[in-house]
Amino acid sequence: MDAALFEFLLRQGDNTLVLGHRVSEWCGVAPVLEEDIALANTALDLVGQTQMWLDYAAEVEGAGQSADDLAYRRDVWDFRSLLLLEQPNGDFGQTLMRQFLFDAFNVLNLRALEQSKDQRIAGIAAKAVKEALYHLDRSRETVVALGDGTAESNARMQAALNLLWPYVGEMFIADPVDLDLAQKGIAADPSTLRAAWDATLRPALTDAMLNIPEDDFAHKGGKTGARHSEHLGHMLAVMQSLPRAYPDARW
Amino acid sequence: MSDPKTEWPLWEVFIRGQHGMSHRHVGSLHAADEAMAIKNARDVYTRRNEGVSIWVVEARHIAASSPSDKGPLYEPANSKVYRHPTFFDIPDDVGAM
Repeated sequence: MDAALFEFLLRQGDNTLVLGHRVSEWCGVAPVLEEDIALANTALDLVGQTQMWLDYAAEVEGAGQSADDLAYRRDVWDFRSLLLLEQPNGDFGQTLMRQFLFDAFNVLNLRALEQSKDQRIAGIAAKAVKEALYHLDRSRETVVALGDGTAESNARMQAALNLLWPYVGEMFIADPVDLDLAQKGIAADPSTLRAAWDATLRPALTDAMLNIPEDDFAHKGGKTGARHSEHLGHMLAVMQSLPRAYPDARW
Repeated sequence: MSDPKTEWPLWEVFIRGQHGMSHRHVGSLHAADEAMAIKNARDVYTRRNEGVSIWVVEARHIAASSPSDKGPLYEPANSKVYRHPTFFDIPDDVGAM
């Protein structure tokens, strides 16, 4: 098994799985019907991307597991998702702020992966980037509208940005897995994406009348699995409850 | 119940399903402005690949006939059967008209 490739594919799939599940928690309770449907669409897109990444991860692992097994039968410490994505939804603005911070990264990462020497990865990225571009368009506009809205909506968006900012840095930390795959032309070195990400973020946050926090402290440990926050375990307890209770359930 | 004054305005949505067909009214939704209305229409009405083009128009800009005018508006046409092109044979190859 190519351990670095497997690890990379888990990171891709776990990011979209965890965020997809978080976004799906809005289903039926979003502030307005139109946003409810839009968020459900986004969640389904992300879970669809998860399917592609984890299918490939399961093949690379070659241990007879399926994508479903990887999604539903691993525990917290096996997950390789960014800490940002497991953070609770908070209010609607906080959810969309988290989405915007990730969408901007996801688009850049997928654009780079379209050039991967691994044809399977390039194909998944080419399909996923169209969805990610729409997500980014939507989350950026919502962040700007709420930031440049009322005094209350602005205060809430600023609070969301302050809360989530310490989780931004982890997206751009390159570890030996990233460097190995970057050197082989299979994946991007995430640290090279930061400048373009800043160029997406800063004008939008200026339009949104929001101040970018100056402290660049970054929590880490999500994408290596070393230290997830307490929230992921609670989320998995809900997400995995059915296959845990009925291991061979089919539907 | 939310305050109607703070609700987003209502928009009517028209979707063109294929090239060459006309836009058809598919329903309505709420949105703050036209860009958001198109995005919402995309999410609410084209989830199953229904559309290639979306029009939205704010509902207050649509002038509509009144149901109580039904008699004067439509009944005079009822007795004018010669206005209906039902006396022609249409070849099968033409298909639906």
